[in-house]
Amino acid sequence: MAEKMVTIYVMGKPYEVPGDLTIMKAMEYAGYRFVRGCGCRGAFCGACGTVYRTKGDYRLKVGLACQEVVQDEMYLVEIPFFPGNKATYDIEDLKPTADAILSLYPEVFRCLACNTCTKACPQDIEVMEYIQAALRGDVAKAADLSFDCILCGLCAARCPAEIVQYQVALLCRRLYSRHVAPEAPHLKDRLKEIVDGTFNAEMDKLTETKQAELAELYNNRDMEPRG
Amino acid sequence: MYTPELLELIKRVEATRERRLDEEYPLLSADAKQELLEGFHPDYKDEVFRELRVGPSKGDRTPIEYANVFEAYSGLDPDKFDLSQVDHDVDVLVVGGGGAGAAAALVAAEQGANVLMVTKLRLGDSNTIMAQGGIQGADKPNDSPAIHYLDILGGGHYKNDPALARALVMDAPEVLVWLEKLGVMFDKESDGTMITIHGGGTSRKRMHAARDFTGGEIMKTLKDEMLNRDIPLVEFAAVYELLTDGDRVTGAVLYNMETEEYLIVRAKTTILATGGGGRLHVLGFPTSNHYGATADGLVLGYRVGAPLKYLNTIQYHPTGAAYPEQILGLLVTEKVRSIGGQITNIEGDRFVYELETRDVEAAAVIRECAGREKGVVTPSGQPAVWLDTVVIEKKLGEGAVKARVPAMYRQYERFGIDMAKHPILIYPTQHYQNGGLEIDEQSRTPVPGLYAAGEVAGGIHGTNRLMGNSLLDVVVFGRRAGAAAAAEAAGIKTAGGLGLDHLKNYHVALKAAGIEPTNASPMLLPEYRRPATVERKIGLLA
Repeated sequence: MAEKMVTIYVMGKPYEVPGDLTIMKAMEYAGYRFVRGCGCRGAFCGACGTVYRTKGDYRLKVGLACQEVVQDEMYLVEIPFFPGNKATYDIEDLKPTADAILSLYPEVFRCLACNTCTKACPQDIEVMEYIQAALRGDVAKAADLSFDCILCGLCAARCPAEIVQYQVALLCRRLYSRHVAPEAPHLKDRLKEIVDGTFNAEMDKLTETKQAELAELYNNRDMEPRG
Repeated sequence: MYTPELLELIKRVEATRERRLDEEYPLLSADAKQELLEGFHPDYKDEVFRELRVGPSKGDRTPIEYANVFEAYSGLDPDKFDLSQVDHDVDVLVVGGGGAGAAAALVAAEQGANVLMVTKLRLGDSNTIMAQGGIQGADKPNDSPAIHYLDILGGGHYKNDPALARALVMDAPEVLVWLEKLGVMFDKESDGTMITIHGGGTSRKRMHAARDFTGGEIMKTLKDEMLNRDIPLVEFAAVYELLTDGDRVTGAVLYNMETEEYLIVRAKTTILATGGGGRLHVLGFPTSNHYGATADGLVLGYRVGAPLKYLNTIQYHPTGAAYPEQILGLLVTEKVRSIGGQITNIEGDRFVYELETRDVEAAAVIRECAGREKGVVTPSGQPAVWLDTVVIEKKLGEGAVKARVPAMYRQYERFGIDMAKHPILIYPTQHYQNGGLEIDEQSRTPVPGLYAAGEVAGGIHGTNRLMGNSLLDVVVFGRRAGAAAAAEAAGIKTAGGLGLDHLKNYHVALKAAGIEPTNASPMLLPEYRRPATVERKIGLLA
């Protein structure tokens, strides 16, 4: 399969690159060595949010440089950092309510429901929907909808109301998990057993056990079925 | 998007699906596993390794790519370097901004220590944030720390340090409670019961998850908490060299990755939480690791005298993406197999139980391709086998793939592949360094003042780590390191002098071993530019 070369414009400057590369690999091919704008290279860390446009189209599109394949006549820039506001708080002291969210991030009130944030999300998250849920104090819904957020910041970069959506999302997930979802009862029980020393004698014995005997135990241990 | 040729091959996988639905595939016997590993796992091939010629583990074998960074000179000249201006003077220096570093910093700060975290990229840029499948912990009534321990020892070929493995299993419930209280959004039933599943080599369902963003959810929460507590942090600042006074570590030389200036840190105790070395690309394998995984902390620790443990074992994750080319080497989480995904060869036949330990599973895939020639070859020439994800939908119902592994679903959807409708192609990828710097159960290295936590440390997992024990490891030993380093620092009046004598000695040893100063380390970042460009680089501004 012959390599088809395409022209990309990195911050306006043209480079010829193989057409089957991701934006990130194409920039490296062109000679860029990343310090910023490159993290996990696997769509989990949000370091490489990218805004681009293709020739003849006025619309701006978004993607992650590590995932998006280049196109011919693509004009692009990475936005590796956005100076969004981050409120500080003690999660223990908060209640999972609209008041708590709005006292930390009053700008959520300013949401115009324009849906620009949703269009700017490379993870296809219903960003505006979760901001609306946060506004109503529905932290469970905001937590659920925002779960795949990777904190790239493109939503906040495009928001006319200057909301920092990804920080609101993280707050909602923490509020939900700390104050709405019930604590795991079996976890508490087990922790108490550990503190009480219930397993100490068994562990003492096991850590002294020789390899041959351990292998015997291991090879004959009972397995909980996979299903 | 699959090519017509691959779509044609997929028909053979579809043809066997009904038959495979209820098929029980047996686990391998201990002998069969050993034979498979010896025949096909890279750890068992002599040509992968070289004996180290210098340093505290002189004579030990490590993969050649690792040996190259150990047997390299520092970019600093220890005879000329000015250490007189101290820029940060702290109790505890935490090097690395992943899960272990963040856990260490939070606990050390909670104990009242004056903490500084420095990280080469951003806080959170780490393998932790990429960990998908889950975190182990024996917290269900049918499970116990002892059962967890036995799984770990068997999986690690009984090479694990018993004290470290014990610390791991005994701290697990406390760590899960800590994360739960911080507000990590674990998958739970409506009554709060954790939803737990199997991982490779587990005998109980003890894999806790946050969908398939488990590490991401943990990392984002720890990062948020670091910022809430205003713990001092310097991003884009790599530690390029540790500083010593006699045999004690007393600080570090920082390199600002953007301005290229250096800064001096004086610290009473130092925690290396720098992660692994996937970006060294052992044997040219693709890697699932993040951009900064260049084994820097190992080099720093080794030069000040910290010995290595089991750095002759690398974990190849059995299911790296093999197609499309753009995501080669990225992880397909083990959770895909935990929830029922099946591995088949070109004929649509299974050839290994899907939840063998990772080393066995990876060796089986390599054997199917290289030994039995029953693999698929992708258009770019990459060998691969099928991971039938469609079978998950058949077993768990329509929509199960998207609901249970959303990150995976999206990753393939981006390239026009619907893994709920078509199987995917996988091949092993360099994933984890099983070994690292030797530590005790307080995360102390044998070098005074120096701690190590997370992937940079070795011994916990023996020579093969189980899924879900790394997220556990980073939090358990991160917290232990933070607590112990803060406690030690509290008993020290001043850190001591700042010197580079260890580096002078190391350079002398390199020279005596006949090693030329052709390479510098630590590497800091991998080189992915086109060689033609690098060859013509003249760097006039530098």
